Amino acid sequence: MADIVIDTKGLACPMPIVKAKKGIDAIESGQTMELLTTDKGSMNDFQAWIKQSRHELIEARESNGIFTFIVKKG
Amino acid sequence: MLQEEESRVTDKERTTIVLFSGELDKAIAAFIIANGAAAYDHEVTIFFTFWGLNTLRKDEQVAVKKGMLERMFGWMMPRGADKLGLSRMHFAGMGPKMIKHVLRKHNALTLPQLIELAREQGVKLVACTMTMDLLGLQQEELLDGIEYAGVAAYLGDASEAKVNLFI
Repeated sequence: MADIVIDTKGLACPMPIVKAKKGIDAIESGQTMELLTTDKGSMNDFQAWIKQSRHELIEARESNGIFTFIVKKG
Repeated sequence: MLQEEESRVTDKERTTIVLFSGELDKAIAAFIIANGAAAYDHEVTIFFTFWGLNTLRKDEQVAVKKGMLERMFGWMMPRGADKLGLSRMHFAGMGPKMIKHVLRKHNALTLPQLIELAREQGVKLVACTMTMDLLGLQQEELLDGIEYAGVAAYLGDASEAKVNLFI
């Protein structure tokens, strides 16, 4: 179970990434965040966002149009 | 620990955007990028010059002393983010109404909401004072809490940034 769950389903760009930033800021290093989104560009967006950060993408999956990302704060 | 935190702050990546254009679609694009960059933990600055300054105008009429020419400019230019026209398909004002409708339909933020979000995320909004003089815009007519500067301040920020856009 993630330490924080951020639900951005239905929200358009740039909200998922903005909320992800807020979520990551709210947890401690080593804790995890689960983020849900329906934004079709999010698979690429999240990988790019993680790549430039100190955080780690633990899991990225899609089912029925809902993308789920689990991120561990670095 | 504190020192580490401080060095991280100064090591932040930077993004600068020059918003020269005064159209709704271009301003929306600028603010989406600015908000995205802020979510990337960049220090973000938007410089507003020429027609872009109209994005920062307060929507109400502000009583300020002006010459005839400046007053005319004031009447002819859009008063704030909610009054901007489109760069294409403006259709005498129907275009912006349609865009606002589809933004709502797709749960996307409107320009005033994007501006609010940007300010919340600490995006620095800077008005170019030279073009404010040209267009006869005074500080009282622009949003509160913004900064005022010129080309040197812009270049100072831009030379440290990897992402610099002119819109």
